[in-house]
Amino acid sequence: MATTHAEHHDHHDHHEMSFWEKYIFPLDHKVIGMQYLFTGILMGVLGAFFSYVFRMQNAFPGIEVPLFGLVTSAQYNSLITNHGTIMIFWFAMPILVAAFGNYLIPLMIGADDMVFPKINRLSYQIFLLSVVVLIGSFFVHNGGFGGAWTAYPPLSAKAEYNLTPWGSILWLVAVVLEFVAFLLGGINFITTLMNSRAKGMKMMDIPIVCWMIVLASILFMASAGPLIAGAAMLLFDQTIGTGFFDPARGGDPILWQHLFWFFGHPEVYVVFLPAMGIVAEVITTFSRKKLFAYKVVLFTTFATGILSFFVWAHHQFIAGIDPRLANIFTVTTLLISIPIAEMLFVYIATLWGGSIELTSAMLFALGFLATFLVGGVTGIFLGASGADIYFHDTYFVLAHFHYTFVPIAVIAVFAGLYYWFPKMFGRFMDETLGKIHFWGTMVGFNGIFMPLFFTGAAGDHRRIFDFSNFPELAVSSLQHLRMVATISVIITILFQFVFFWNFIYSMFRGRKCTENNPWKANTLEWVAACPPPHGNFLVMPEVYRGPYEYSVPGRELDYWPQNEKV
Amino acid sequence: MIELLRQSGSSFAGDINNLILLVTVLAGFWLIVAEVVLFWLVWKFRKKPGVKAQYVTGERKEEMKWIHWPHNIILVCDVFIIFFAIKVWHHVKQELPPAQSTIRIIGQQWAWRFIMPGADNVLGTKDDIETVDELHVKVDTTYHYKLESVDVLHDFSVPQFRLKQDAIPGRIMTGWFKPTKVGHFDIQCAEICGIGHGIMMGKLFVDSAEEYDKWIASHTPAEATSH
Repeated sequence: MATTHAEHHDHHDHHEMSFWEKYIFPLDHKVIGMQYLFTGILMGVLGAFFSYVFRMQNAFPGIEVPLFGLVTSAQYNSLITNHGTIMIFWFAMPILVAAFGNYLIPLMIGADDMVFPKINRLSYQIFLLSVVVLIGSFFVHNGGFGGAWTAYPPLSAKAEYNLTPWGSILWLVAVVLEFVAFLLGGINFITTLMNSRAKGMKMMDIPIVCWMIVLASILFMASAGPLIAGAAMLLFDQTIGTGFFDPARGGDPILWQHLFWFFGHPEVYVVFLPAMGIVAEVITTFSRKKLFAYKVVLFTTFATGILSFFVWAHHQFIAGIDPRLANIFTVTTLLISIPIAEMLFVYIATLWGGSIELTSAMLFALGFLATFLVGGVTGIFLGASGADIYFHDTYFVLAHFHYTFVPIAVIAVFAGLYYWFPKMFGRFMDETLGKIHFWGTMVGFNGIFMPLFFTGAAGDHRRIFDFSNFPELAVSSLQHLRMVATISVIITILFQFVFFWNFIYSMFRGRKCTENNPWKANTLEWVAACPPPHGNFLVMPEVYRGPYEYSVPGRELDYWPQNEKV
Repeated sequence: MIELLRQSGSSFAGDINNLILLVTVLAGFWLIVAEVVLFWLVWKFRKKPGVKAQYVTGERKEEMKWIHWPHNIILVCDVFIIFFAIKVWHHVKQELPPAQSTIRIIGQQWAWRFIMPGADNVLGTKDDIETVDELHVKVDTTYHYKLESVDVLHDFSVPQFRLKQDAIPGRIMTGWFKPTKVGHFDIQCAEICGIGHGIMMGKLFVDSAEEYDKWIASHTPAEATSH
């Protein structure tokens, strides 16, 4: 054994790598995953700070916000716009798709690295450039773009309307760069999953999370094209005076909405699927159960992915599209509830007959299911065209999609981080702090968005700097709900300090993980050392069975790793 | 139910309220069932010393039915919702009942302009009344609106009416409403339109017939009366 180890070591480490090579210009998929993870977390902190600032202004209009100061209406618009943009493109996507995808796919399919490590490195570098451009856009003349993350023209197309001549251009350039990064990353994920699986790993032996990240990448690739084309047209409208979206010159502002939402709705599933994948791994491990109906999960995912290309105009019911068109999109939108509901039922059914251990990771995974259900169900109100006339562009919509995005991008991500932390850093996170963090996050999160369903249903429309301009909305009962939401934002943010302390402390001082497979899980990443070296495996694993063979009758152990011959 | 949060005051508001109630009942039922089952399973199958988990593949027919039956019932619920959603949508947005009066609504950064037909009830004549941020309509009258924008997207939204429609530069959006309740209500802009989006509010006065006539008389432009 010792000799194989030495040989292997030689094979992968031709020379000692400098800090520069290892961490700044890495080719190792795990380090690139970490780069995405830490960049994503930092951007998430920025996005959360923005939400704190505009929620303070919203609940206490005119207040001097601590750590920020007075909020002008231009700043308010810029804060909400960039909060949305950051949370989706620079927080949810880099962590769910790029960080977990990079870290997990090669490890879980038993490969030593991605197929195209240099493209992988380039992907992160372009992503980092996009971060620089975006942050730069806050400091140019007249500040960052403030036309909402959907950037509807003509507001986004002309500086005379949005008053941010440079902010809007840089914002758009940053988004396009981010797309380039994710297209490069996506090619890598898809190719790696198809070509580099361990010997013996059949399609139906691939862990669900790998499937989900790859399917998300395919969805992204298939939907991003129209938006990139649209972004180029918008950039030309902004800079060289074309009129693609300018009705005065024969253009059409609605065209942008179609291009945007043709991408924008599949994008929801681009982040949703990896989250579902993470949750699948966590709930099977901690309930010691085989995933209920693996193939159903896969096929419902295909169905969701295909249907997701036919629902986009439900964002535009009242935007001035032909009203007859709304009927078609009502049908497709409500139909997509079927595969999603089926998927959630499968996850809940997986718990049946299990031996459920409520670790921090498991709590977050179950918390994901419990809260995402609320988000899914409230979507029905908005997909039903007749009801959407009332709810469109209110806080009800906002509360609905935060009940999908927060479970996806925050709660499921925490489940994944608590679960794979020992693999990533070779140490454990503290479970007690993890549980405090879980309950604080759950109470805080529901405290933010439950009240907003009601303010939305009462008529609060979105992106309003100060509701006191609207007599019907300036009543104290609604203002109190807004305050509850804002105070809950602060509570939620404070509980994240518990996480950051736990995360950073445990990284260096946490309980050491002395075995490769601390959770007694089946998938291949647990065969590698904690943390895995460059090249991942000492001996490349072979696969003999599916990833969820827990509690198989007749076996003494309640797990059966994929690589164990008997 | 939604009435508790925002009263309604147009002929179609009740239909929208009922649709929202239907969705609340059906979706609420499924939410409660799913949450209860989830919490119950977590409790029932919590880790106990000496108890091993069961091996269930979920691929046998008698196991699959636990997934397929709920999904079939959800499909039925969806069909119900689709039917009523389209019915309401058709009534509010596709039908155009004959107008008793027509008004023009023009959105601009950051105000609403309204052009009302005046005493002769015909738009485009000398006695048209143009106002800013203040719209007067007569109760129980079917109105057509011609919604325009001069710059960016806006959205003419009257929560009391359950009415919302984007205004698009270069197009004239036609729609209708019929106020049923006298009073004054907020008009919102429900599509972000720049830094003044948060101040772009208008007042809607639904007047009784006498009040309305009085208002028309007192606001008819001087050159129209001198004629």
